[in-house]
This record gives sequence, C-alpha cells and structure tokens, in this order.
Amino acid sequence: MHEHEPASDATVVSVRAMDIATALALMALAIIVMLECVEIGFGWSEAEGPQAGFFPFIVCAALAFASLINALQAALFPTEDQHGDFVSIPGLGRVALVVAPLAAYIFAIGYVGIYVASALFIAIFMMAFGKIPLVKSLAVGVGVPLALFFMFERWFLVPLPKGPLEAMLGY
Amino acid sequence: MNMLAVIKSNSLVIGALTAAVTATAALSAPAQAWEPTKPVTFIVPAGTGGGADQMARFIQGVIAKNNLMAQPLVVVNKGGGAGAEGFLEVKKGKGEPHTLVITLSNVFTTPLGTGIPFNWTELTPVSMLALDQFVLWVNASSPYKTAAEYIEAVKAGDEKTFKMGGTGSKQEDQIITVALQRTTTPKHFTYLPYQGGGAVATQLVGGHITSSVNNPIEAVSHWKAGTLRPLCIFDAERSAYTQKITADMAWSDIPTCKESGVDVQYQMLRGIFTSPEATPEQVAYYVDLFAKVMATDDWKGFMQNGAFNQKTMSGDDFRSWLTATEDTHRTLMSEAGFLAKKATN
Amino acid sequence: MIAGSRGNGGACVEEISSLMQGFAVALTPFNLLLMAIGITLGVIIGVLPGLGGANGVAILLPLTFSMSPTSAIIMLSCIYWGALFGGAITSVLFNIPGEPWSVATTFDGHPMARQGRADEALVAAFTSSFVGAFVAVLMITFMAPIVARFALQFGPAEFFAVFFLTFASFIGMSKGSPFKVIAAMCLGFALGAVGLDKMTGTLRLTFGHDELLSGFDFLIAVIGLFGIGEILTSIEDGLKFQGAHAKMRLSSVLTTWRKLLPYWATSIRSCLVGCWMGITPGGATPASFMAYGLAKRFSPNGKNFGKGEIEGVIAPETAAHAAGTSALLPMITLGIPGSPTAAVLLGGLMIWGLQPGPMLFVEQKEFVWGLIASMYLGNIAGLIIVLTCVPLFASILRIPFAIIAPVILVVCAIGAYTVHNSMFDVWMMLVFGIIGYIFNKLEYPLAPLVLAIVLGDKAEEGFRQALLSSQGDLSIFFSNWLVGSIMGLGIVLLTWPLISGLFAMLTRRNATKLADSGAAGE
Repeated sequence: MHEHEPASDATVVSVRAMDIATALALMALAIIVMLECVEIGFGWSEAEGPQAGFFPFIVCAALAFASLINALQAALFPTEDQHGDFVSIPGLGRVALVVAPLAAYIFAIGYVGIYVASALFIAIFMMAFGKIPLVKSLAVGVGVPLALFFMFERWFLVPLPKGPLEAMLGY
Repeated sequence: MNMLAVIKSNSLVIGALTAAVTATAALSAPAQAWEPTKPVTFIVPAGTGGGADQMARFIQGVIAKNNLMAQPLVVVNKGGGAGAEGFLEVKKGKGEPHTLVITLSNVFTTPLGTGIPFNWTELTPVSMLALDQFVLWVNASSPYKTAAEYIEAVKAGDEKTFKMGGTGSKQEDQIITVALQRTTTPKHFTYLPYQGGGAVATQLVGGHITSSVNNPIEAVSHWKAGTLRPLCIFDAERSAYTQKITADMAWSDIPTCKESGVDVQYQMLRGIFTSPEATPEQVAYYVDLFAKVMATDDWKGFMQNGAFNQKTMSGDDFRSWLTATEDTHRTLMSEAGFLAKKATN
Repeated sequence: MIAGSRGNGGACVEEISSLMQGFAVALTPFNLLLMAIGITLGVIIGVLPGLGGANGVAILLPLTFSMSPTSAIIMLSCIYWGALFGGAITSVLFNIPGEPWSVATTFDGHPMARQGRADEALVAAFTSSFVGAFVAVLMITFMAPIVARFALQFGPAEFFAVFFLTFASFIGMSKGSPFKVIAAMCLGFALGAVGLDKMTGTLRLTFGHDELLSGFDFLIAVIGLFGIGEILTSIEDGLKFQGAHAKMRLSSVLTTWRKLLPYWATSIRSCLVGCWMGITPGGATPASFMAYGLAKRFSPNGKNFGKGEIEGVIAPETAAHAAGTSALLPMITLGIPGSPTAAVLLGGLMIWGLQPGPMLFVEQKEFVWGLIASMYLGNIAGLIIVLTCVPLFASILRIPFAIIAPVILVVCAIGAYTVHNSMFDVWMMLVFGIIGYIFNKLEYPLAPLVLAIVLGDKAEEGFRQALLSSQGDLSIFFSNWLVGSIMGLGIVLLTWPLISGLFAMLTRRNATKLADSGAAGE
C-alpha cells in the first residue's frame, strides 16, 4: 500500500511517517463509516431499539479519536524507534517480489482456473527465489495442485474455480 | 383489519391451488433426457442448524441412502445478508444446472426488506416440498392456557412488556408478530430477533421472552419435556397428525388461532429452485427426483416429526402460487413498514 | 478409572453404570476403526483452511447408512475431535489459524516454532487439548442435567456480559500504545459490522456492493493478517523460515510432558473457563482468548507471553477444547449447535430419527451414553494419532522456504476462496496481508482486531437485544446476580492494569524480584 511512497533521503520511509499515514488513513475510514451511519440512522428507534448505525458509529468515533492521538503522538512526540527506517530498500524489494507475483497469481485464477495458476505460481516462485532446478520445480508445481485437485474436487466435493484446461478434460 | 383479510385470502389461494395440483409430480415420468454430470450443490440460504438447513441435510441423507441420484448432493450454507448471498449465487450461475437452492420465506422477504437486486422470478422454480407451520408458544409455567387468554393479557398489560422472540428481523416471525398486534391494539409486543429458531425456543424455556412463534420442529422436544406449551397454530385447519406427542396431546389437538379468536394465518414455503435458464428437461429431472424423495418413508417420518403441511406442487401451479404469495408478502411488509427505504443497485 | 476418581457417593452410580454400558457399545473393533478414520479426516480438515466439518460429512454420509446410529455418530464426532486437534498444527507451524479458536494458539505457539521448538509447541497443544476435552467430558458425564439448567439462565444481557468479560480480560494486556490497541480493536468492530444488520434486517456499510453483503469473514482476515502478513515479514529479512532446525524426535513428547506439569494451575483455570464458556454457550473462541488473557495476567512469566512461552500454548488450547467439548452438551440437551460442525452432527442425529433436545437423554439412553463413551475414546485415540505424527508435522518446517512459501500461499488463496466462493475474498486476503505486514511493523496489535471481527457482531447483538428488551434501561446489565457478577468481573479485569499498577507501585521491590526469578527460570 504505502511502501511505494517516494524516498526523502537515503531511507525509503521512516516509521514515524508510516505511523502518521496509517493513522490518517484509519481516521478517513472512520469518518466515511460515520457518515454512512448517519445516513442509515444511529439513534434509538421505538420499534427496533438502537438503530443499525448505532454501534458502528460509536466504534468509529473511538477509532477516529484514537487515530488522531496516534497521529499527533507520531508528529509531535516521536519516540526513538519512530525515527528508524520502516523498511530497508532490499527488504522492500523482497516484499514487492512476493506481493507482485501473488497479485498476478490471483489475477490469473480468474482466467486459467486455480489449478493451472497454482502450478505456474509454485514453479516460477521456486525457480526465481530458491534457484531450484527446473525439473524439481515443475514436479512440485504440478504435484501440489494435482493433490489439491483430488482433495477438493474428488474427495471433499468442494468446487474451485476452473479454466479452459479443466473444461477440456471434462470438469 | 385489511391485513387480516389479506392473510386469509392468501390461504384461500393456497387451498384452491393445492386441491388441483398434488399429483403434478407424476407428470414427469417420461424418459430422462438429462442427468447431472457432476456433484450438485445444494445451497441453503440460511445458517447451520435452522429449519431449512435441517431439511436440506435430511434430503441429502435420503438421496444418498436410497441412491436416488448418481452424483452426490453437497449442502452448502450461504446465509449472509439474510440469504441474499445464497440467492445471488444461484442467480449468478445462469445455465448451470448443477445448483439447487432450498427456500424459506426469505425468498420474498429478503429482497423486499433489504432492496438487494433479486426476485424469485430470476430463478427457475422446481417444486414445493411442504409448507412449514407456525405455532404460538409460551412457557409451560406461565398462566396462559389459550391464545385468547394470552392476547387478553397482552392487552391488559403495560405497553411492550410482553416480549416476542423470533428468528431474524423483518422476516416471517416478525411479520406474524405484527399481524398478531392487530388483535392486541393498542398494545405492542417487544420483538426480539435471534439468530435461529433453536435459540428462540431455548430463550423461551429460560424465561427471557414471553412467547414465540417457533416452527413445530424447533420446539417439539421442549413440548415433550413439558417446558413449553402450544397455544394455537397459524393455519386455516388443524394439523392432520393425530399421533400423541405428549401424554395427552397430539399436533391435531392444538386449536387453530382462528378458533381461539385470533384470526391470523401464516405458513412458510419449503421449496426448491434451480439456476436461471434451466431447460425443461433439467427441471423435469429435479421434479422427478424430489417426487422420489417425498415418496420415501423417511420423508413421511420427517414430515410427521415436524408437523409439516404436506402440500406439494410444481410447474405452472407453483409459479402462480409464488406470484400470489409474493404479493401477500409485499402487502404485509409495506403495511408493517418493513420495505427497504432505498433500493441498492 | 472413572469410578476410581469419582467414587464418593450414590449419586454417580447410575451415571457410571450407564457409561460402562456406553463403553460396551462403543468399544468394538469396528467402532475403533471408524474412530481412527474419523480422526484422520478431521485432522486433514483442520489443517486445510478451505475445508470444514460439513465437507467431511458429505463424503462420509453415504457410508454411515449401513451402520447403526451409534457407530455413525462415533465416526462423525471423531471428525469433530480431529478438526479440533488439527487446528493447532497450522497455527504453530505457519501462524495460520484454520479455526477461530486456534488464533490465540498462534501467539506463543508460532514464536516457539520459530525458535526451533515446534515439536514442543505441538505436543503441548495436543496434550492440553486432550486435558481440556477430557475434563469437559467428565463434566458432561456427571453434571449434564445441572449444567443444562444453568445454560437456560443466559439471556441477551448475560451473553453481552460474557463477551464484555472476554474483551476485558484480553485488552489492556498488550504492550505498546493503548491508543493503537483501541484503534485496532475498533477497526475490527467496524469490519465485523459490514453486511446485514441482523437486529433490524437492514444492510449497512456495504456502500451498494454485493460483495460486501455477507461482510468480512473472520477466516479471510486471519489468513491475510496472520498467514500472508507473516510470510511478508519473514521474507523481508531474507528468504527463510526461522525454525528450519526443528527437531524430529518422538522422545520430545516425554520431555515436554515433564515441562507441562508445573503449569497445572493454568490448566485447571483454563478448564474452568472453557467448560463455562462452552455451556453458556459463549463458545470456544472467547474461551481461548479469555484463558490466554488470564494466564498472561496471573503468570509470573506474563511479560514473556507472545515470545514463545509454553504456558501461552497450554492456556488457550485447554480452554478451547474444554469449550468445544462441553458445547456438545447444549447441542444434545437443548438442540442448539455451538458451531457449524456441531450443526452437521445435529443434522446427522436427525437423519437417524433422533430429535436433539431435552428428551434425547430420556428416550435414547443407549445412544447418548454411547456418544459420551465415544467422547472419551475418540479423544484418547485422537491424542495418540496426533502425537505420533508430531515429528512428521515438525519436519514440514525443514522444507526449503522457496518451496513451502508458494504452497502456503496457494493453500491460503484456496481457503479464502472457499469461504464465499468469491474471488473478491481472495483479493481481500491480499489486502489484509499488506495491512497485517504494516500493522506488525507499526506495533498495532492484531489480536484485538481479530477478536473484534470474530465476536463483535455477537457482542453487539447481545447488547442491543438486552437494551431492546429493557426499553433502553442500562440497569439490565446489573439486574441479577449472574449478569451483575460477570459484568463486575469484567470491570475489575478492564481496570486491572490500573489496579496492578497501583499494587506494583506499593510493592515494587517484590515485583522486580518475581520478574527476575521468572526470567531466570527460562
């Protein structure tokens, strides 16, 4: 989410800046929810007691208040830890290298089905990160989805998203 | 008062239709043109443990036990959003015949009450399996022996001191409660919504509420144990089951509410639907399947255990029954002020 | 064995003779085989987040029609025990709790695994589960009628009080900023509120999106926050799971058992919490959180909780299983299922023509006592099976990170998908993963967030039902001794940091001594 904020100096982003950004984001969320609660009603109704928005309104008021304090604390009275780095540049790189393929994997499920996407994801992940030989990567990549296929589709009868390959094989 | 009139006319429609229709299931006898080729998902648009869930799991058992279908039937609970989750899922699966859904009254009340974009006409009706009864229950240690006594007590008591427990909000139990209030004018019940019928019955046994309109199957065990007392049944006729449940009473001994001077009637659909755009062959297969289910002794025992009204229908009769019943619900809910304020699209 | 431990009076004689008949019914070679099958399937179900008890029954149901109801229910209930045991495995190994009641097990179980003590954590978890379940079965055997009456005392106000007590015993114990605790918990409440408001039947906070109709499921939040978040955090430090040097010795069972003995007080307290929460029925999830919170508060090693303290595994596991087991009592006697798996068991009873409810004990004596006997046997069989598999489970951690990580991610994605059959949930899992990663680094505690998602709507429901029933009069929460004492206890626990702070200030010297000896004892 916020990892891609521009670097101010050598560090990517300080803990303090992330703290402020997170608190502000939570505050914004709380305010959106509170507005919605006003819309659906947050008082006492004769027939239904406390209305639907009553409880979310209260918790979001508390959320907004707590986030305000968190933001002020980080902005005005930062602790020693908060001056530190939120994430190192190589660390951020590694995190992005997992998040991006994972997002691509989820995106692919919708098109080729969960089994084919999983096979590709596992094999590529193994080769790219573990420098594991192609044959072994392919074996695990094909074996695991196959085992999952039998477990879910055949034994436990839980249908998972399938793509053109499964359709060709009659599922 | 006109609400009562509507309820009555509704049950008249039911009566008129059923007489003509009970044998419809037999129409589908010709050779099967279609059969399921993979496991059939049986969606329950309600949580686990409720009446619809129990019936669905029972059907699953009957089909498996008697080998009525070559492919397995898999029960899946999709109760989110008062069943909207389940209905939207079936609606989404256009032309996917391997999906069935068992309905309760929420097939009408959920779209009307929440404004979610769904109507039963968007599914393909298969069969009505039965109508579920509602009975007015009080704790056995309370002084009320008849429905009339209880209603008098509500009238005489302070406003809102009598607590009616029910399943969900703006659904069948609350609709009945609102209808009952026409007889307690100017006093009202406090309606307390709970998650499931079993919880409601237990809360009544524990004395946390003063009455409930539980389905027979949800409360029968407590009745047998002598902790709950039935006052009246919300049907036009008394129940047909004469086997003794307690030492001296059978379901048929419970007076109708009308007999007791409380003119309210309501029954709940237990029906089966499949995906939109199912072909006539597919519908015929399922109609036939459920006809076989209903012919088993297990099913008859289940019907008796839950004191169901064994009305069944399918095809056009079922459609016209659904149309009429949806209108009834719309009228009831609009008079009770339960219709969604804004439609979400 | 049972007779020996409880042989002090005529009141128990009838139960014991019924139970012995029950053992006679349950103890056939065929039934023992069914137990083993049930447990094994249950463990698989507990390990894979995409599978639930309902799936297990779907495949076993056709098999059960050729059996007697007792045999069938033995097999089906063993799935239940297996799933209870299995939930702990992924919590300890991968920080992914497959079931809500395993969340608290991750707090100390996973740190133990990271320190290379996965086998110890698993043995502790399984053994504690067994102890909790066993105590609960003893209670069911001898106190069923009393306990069933106690459950009837619980109305909406009492339910709210129970949830209040759970939150109270858990909050205020996290280190770091109290405002971050509040923010995390309120975020959880807000997420839990999305979807249909059950009290008024209106949709809220869905902003017109159908995907949000059924709200944010606990499982998706947990898979994301804990599972994905954990993988992101560990990958930032390099491509490995710490804990690769996990031992694989069966003898660790005995050494761990020896370590468990000194924690008998925690064990008893957790059993009490669990039995009580199972009956009321608050459920296994609040029981595990409450027991963890209490253990942390009363343990001399309290400040080490969350860093791999074995007591932090014992407490939640004991309580969760005591609760999960005693929750079967209201199911049998009142017909209320405490969990989806219990509901499936309930469905099983119906198919054999057994109507759950107060009459089952009277009308189907042989069946009920057979079931109770199978609870003893099923748990013993389960313990033996899972303990022998500990080296196998622990050895999973030896698989290179580059292989196990994508497999975990795939299993997580499947688990998220199966909750509502929706790709939207899989995307939400990723979002929760990133949130979990950020919150971890900023020291926002995840546990209160998850607790609020799991219990928020139930607490809200109890609160609003109670207020509706009292017409807005708050005094309903103190209207009788039961609700009053639970609420009072909650308030004491909530203000405990204040109280103990004062106490510590007065006896500062003693407190430091205690803490020192606790640290030295490690």
